[in-house]
Amino acid sequence: MLGSGAKAAKPSFVSYISPEEIHIKEPIEKEVNLRLLPGEQLLCEASTVYKYIQEDGSNRGTYGKLVCTNFKIAFLDEDSTSDDNEPQFKNKIIGENDITLQCVDQIYGVYDEKKKLLTGQLRKYPEKLIIYCKDLRVFNFCLRYTKEEEVKRIVSGIIHHSQTPKLLKRLFLFSYASAAPDNTDGRNQTVMFDTLEDWRDELERTKGDVQYKAVSTNEGYKVSEKIYRTIRKPPYELLKTDDLSSSLPSLQEIQTAYTRFKQLFLIDNSTDFWATDVKWFSLLESTNWLEIIRRVLKKAIEVVECLERQHTNVLLIEESATDLCCVISSLVQVMMDSYSRTKSGFQSLIQKEWVIGGHGFLDRCNHLHKSDKEEAPVFLLLLNCVWQLVQQYPPAFEFTETYLTVLSDSLYVPIFSTFFFNSQHQKDTAMTGESLKTQSSPFRFLTVWDWSVQFDPKAQAFLNNPLYAEKPKPDKSQRKTARFKHQRQLSLPLTQTKSSPKRGFFREETDHLIKNILGKRIGKFINSSDEPPNSFREFYDSWHSKPVDYHGLLLPCVDGPEIKVWAQRYLRWIPEAQLHGGGTIATAAKILDLMEEVQNLQVKMDEEHSQAISGDLHAVPMLRNSARLSSLFPFALLQRQSVKPALPTSTWKDLEDEDDLVRRDDEFVDLSSDML
Amino acid sequence: ASTSQSDHSAHTKSASLVSSDSVSTSADNFSPDLRVLRETNKLAEMEEPPLLPGETIKDMAKDVTYICPFTGAIRGTLTVTNYRLYFKSMERDPPFVLDASLGVINRVEKIGGASSRGENSYGLEIVCKDIRNLRFAHKPEGRTRRSIFENLMKYAFPVSNNLPLFAFEYKEVFPENGWKVYDPIWEYRRQVDFDLLDQIFAIKIISIEKHSIHSAKLQIKKMRSWNLTVVKPQRNLFANLLLFSLQGIPNESWRLSKINERYELCDTYPAILAVPVNIPDEELKRVASFRSRGRIPVLSWIHPESQATITRCSQPMVGVSGKRSKEDEKYLQAIMDSNAQSHKIFIFDARPSVNAVANKAKGGGYESEDAYQNAELVFLDIHNIHVMRESLRKLKEIVYPNIEETHWLSNLESTHWLEHIKLILAGALRIADKVESGKTSVVVHCSDGWDRTAQLTSLSLLMLDGYYRTIRGFEVLVEKEWLSFGHRFQMRVGHGDKNHADADRSPVFLQFIDCVWQMTRQFPTAFEFNEYFLITILDHLYSCLFGTFLCSSEQQRVKESLPKKTVSLWSYINSQLEDFTNPLYVSYSNHVLYPVASMRHLELWVGYYIRWNPRMKPQEPVHNRYKELLAKRAELQKKVEELQREITNRSTSSSERAGSPAQCVTPVQTVV
Repeated sequence: MLGSGAKAAKPSFVSYISPEEIHIKEPIEKEVNLRLLPGEQLLCEASTVYKYIQEDGSNRGTYGKLVCTNFKIAFLDEDSTSDDNEPQFKNKIIGENDITLQCVDQIYGVYDEKKKLLTGQLRKYPEKLIIYCKDLRVFNFCLRYTKEEEVKRIVSGIIHHSQTPKLLKRLFLFSYASAAPDNTDGRNQTVMFDTLEDWRDELERTKGDVQYKAVSTNEGYKVSEKIYRTIRKPPYELLKTDDLSSSLPSLQEIQTAYTRFKQLFLIDNSTDFWATDVKWFSLLESTNWLEIIRRVLKKAIEVVECLERQHTNVLLIEESATDLCCVISSLVQVMMDSYSRTKSGFQSLIQKEWVIGGHGFLDRCNHLHKSDKEEAPVFLLLLNCVWQLVQQYPPAFEFTETYLTVLSDSLYVPIFSTFFFNSQHQKDTAMTGESLKTQSSPFRFLTVWDWSVQFDPKAQAFLNNPLYAEKPKPDKSQRKTARFKHQRQLSLPLTQTKSSPKRGFFREETDHLIKNILGKRIGKFINSSDEPPNSFREFYDSWHSKPVDYHGLLLPCVDGPEIKVWAQRYLRWIPEAQLHGGGTIATAAKILDLMEEVQNLQVKMDEEHSQAISGDLHAVPMLRNSARLSSLFPFALLQRQSVKPALPTSTWKDLEDEDDLVRRDDEFVDLSSDML
Repeated sequence: ASTSQSDHSAHTKSASLVSSDSVSTSADNFSPDLRVLRETNKLAEMEEPPLLPGETIKDMAKDVTYICPFTGAIRGTLTVTNYRLYFKSMERDPPFVLDASLGVINRVEKIGGASSRGENSYGLEIVCKDIRNLRFAHKPEGRTRRSIFENLMKYAFPVSNNLPLFAFEYKEVFPENGWKVYDPIWEYRRQVDFDLLDQIFAIKIISIEKHSIHSAKLQIKKMRSWNLTVVKPQRNLFANLLLFSLQGIPNESWRLSKINERYELCDTYPAILAVPVNIPDEELKRVASFRSRGRIPVLSWIHPESQATITRCSQPMVGVSGKRSKEDEKYLQAIMDSNAQSHKIFIFDARPSVNAVANKAKGGGYESEDAYQNAELVFLDIHNIHVMRESLRKLKEIVYPNIEETHWLSNLESTHWLEHIKLILAGALRIADKVESGKTSVVVHCSDGWDRTAQLTSLSLLMLDGYYRTIRGFEVLVEKEWLSFGHRFQMRVGHGDKNHADADRSPVFLQFIDCVWQMTRQFPTAFEFNEYFLITILDHLYSCLFGTFLCSSEQQRVKESLPKKTVSLWSYINSQLEDFTNPLYVSYSNHVLYPVASMRHLELWVGYYIRWNPRMKPQEPVHNRYKELLAKRAELQKKVEELQREITNRSTSSSERAGSPAQCVTPVQTVV
């Protein structure tokens, strides 16, 4: 019962296959080649499935095979002749027609033109299957031409494996880790914060005062399963506590808002698209998602103000200290510390505040379908907020919005351990448990930060911002020393000339205020009285009136017009929203072209020196003829080859209150009198 | 004691032309000499405005308080010249400057009486056409308000006072004469058959390195002088080919008519009209009598390959009785016949159908498909000038002075502004699609054919023809579709007219520029010009500094001798092109742009509508950033050239290598 390419599964594995699937074993034709990852097993399949091309409501599409493995749902195109236009940006793990089981959001069946949500056991099988993905892709499969038996198998298989509760150890993560060769990349620049040394380095880097000590009291997770970090209890009055659960929306509100919001982008067809276009802004507002982003950014600015201007330590409080605390503390660091705006710095930040910090990724993403109540897109909220900063100040970030988009997609790729545990403790436990069973050495999980697993160097170039205003003297030598040197200036973004009224001990300390003071605590504190609401405004305005230093403090503008929809992530699969030859990619292409030109010349120069060129040169993607690229690039490459404009079909809304104006003529002259 | 000050006269003329409301950021640009010189002078003198040639100071008031809605009250000197209103205060460092052209003033109102108590309650409120209001407080005992008010009323509204607009007094001389940017005959010829052009280039009569249409067009422009670098024996051959190929218009189906030379056929149309070749001038007169205000269908653009055309006109005089005109029907048939590719013609009526029907009562209406065979009528649902004016008023309410905090999105939606933008873009998109993909000719009209029609034709031309996306091409587009075809700038803007409530005023041209901006947002590399170019055009739409947007028709402009008596805006712009150039411009050859007319891609133009709010100002003005990019590109290109030179040097004289060149150590990432 193995897929063609799969290796023999380790005996320790629980079978994923439900009994009815076991007996049916048809010879697998090789006309379609299903690519299986190590540890991946084919579970069920159906042939002559018709996949619609999402376009203008026409029934165009292709026939192929729909399969479900323990890792993904995949559609294998029968006439996959599209090899000639090899996409420039390809995910090595997840193909264009692959959906990882964790990426499946909702599955609908169509019965007599009616859509019905599919969960659990089915009595009747649908003629059409619509799969909505968490990365906002929408797949439409027609099962009308498929054998009934196969329909039953594939539909129940897909629902079973993607929608029903699962045990942690049944995550593909484990079978992959045990089957995959250990090929972890040692060159990873990201600080993982899983050793005491990493924490000491970080404290040193940020020049935290001696009061912070890297402690290892939590070794063995005695204190808390969640906390693996330095905690400081400052007994001083210069401390402001901020209870996030009262000043920010609840997780429930966040989840509700996002659910409504994403619905706006899961478009079934063109009619849908234009029907919602008419009331777009009020629909957007009614989801409340952008407002939540605004409030979170505002809160982060308030915290920055306390640290930066009032020299007050801030203690962020939340029930678990692993959700909004992570969001706010990460945002504050992105705003204050330009190291967090480099790729490795940002990754280290996520590692520190989220992965090691104990954000419950497993529960919040509901990877195991255990409880819908725990689900909340907290990490996505952070990425959405960071995106606002990226689009307001592009030169300040080493990474691009594409980077943030693929990072958000990686939340659902269960070959990386990064986003598949609730805490480091859970990971350690799971690892030792599983390795005991298999009697082998502990697993080596992959980390998402090793981007080479998903993208080849050319594609990775899209993650780097060519317009990044790099620091004048980037020291690229040794990892740790480099980090240390690098940071000394960065961590002190603005040196206030105005001296603090406090003297002595405090003075010392507040001068070196940096992010580590953002302690997190379990439990609730007494909430300090609210600040006058407009002090943050003033703080922003005074900062804004000075020219921006891309390596200093960075504050987002949170006024209505500046909080925008992250178009790349949310519109990338919608053909109607596609701009041929336009979008941000057009600019990127132009800049990359120029870079390539220079680089080629430099290569030539170097050759003159008869120096062997190392393959280390920064890869630049070839984006010739950017007029042909569309704004959906680098995603959704093969959709809609035709270059027809998307013509709005929606009708005009009534101008209820302006009826008299509407009926007026353009001119007051009676035309009939004008006649010859 | 002031240390540094900003004095615009020390800057380039560009700085003083553009209105600004900001803390001047250019204080460092001063030479130490000037600073010393100035420090010996009195404060008041430093608060005087810089003057343009022809500009004179009319009034000045000290101790006036400008009540800035963003940074609070500030005291300084208010000056009124015959061109501008200028406020400067040395209270702040750098000095605060407010510089607005009088043309931008919509109305001036007195606030408070001599008896009013309380700080800053006695003064003037100035409502501007560019989405801002200015408030000044005078000291009641100073008696400066009355004279400032009177001078403002006099010089801001010269037309109401029988005074000349400042454009007639402005004496600046620019190296280029912008009045010559547009030559209708050459413009019609420009729309050439690209295939034939390619043939010319293929036999290499003239040396053109690139085969892009853009450079071909530039080459054609150069040909105007006829000073061609053609080798003698080939000259005849070339001349023949050129004449043959330049049959954009006139060609076998279209001719240029001079029937309107004296503006007798139609006083709002230009002198030269492109009409179907088989309709004699006599018949044109009869067609004119059936079209509102004589605005017959005339050619706007012809597709170089398919010969499908865009023609524009006004509504037919159908009336309640459903009148018909054989000549008009024949005329449209002739337009259809000139395009062999299609047996259909589309008539796009920009109005909502309800309004088109209502127009019948006034003698107007729309073409019935019974009378016009093979014609299909489409209504584009774009509203009238009054709705648009109201929409802009609402927009101003939510962005000035403060941006509505809560419910920003639904507030924005309730102004309908972007919805109107969407419909205009969608209409132009339909037109472009019919011509490009459908290879079908289209006729566009609204009621009079000078508002919505101008918006639609000019936008679809922008989508179809890359030439119009260049700076000069865009100038030609504005000259042709807006100015020559009689968009009533004088009425819509109300230059120098105090009647601010005039129902003829409407932001039609602003909407067009907004649509263009939306397109530049969607296609950041497809336009040669930048955002600053568009904002400059809008600023001078109101400023009355240049003659370009004065009057309402070509006839009036000729009568007023505007080209002789005033300076063209294009003279100014074309004399400092680098300020207006988009460094990321890529000239795609023959690339049709289809913007997405969806709310998902439309944005409020913050850089224009909310530019007075310092919080919304980009950290560095946009064009500075562009310039920076340009400089970087130049630096890169220079480097590339250096490298190339070095390579050739080395390859030729590899023996003479004194030392290893300390070149190219900079990693690429840092350079860009």
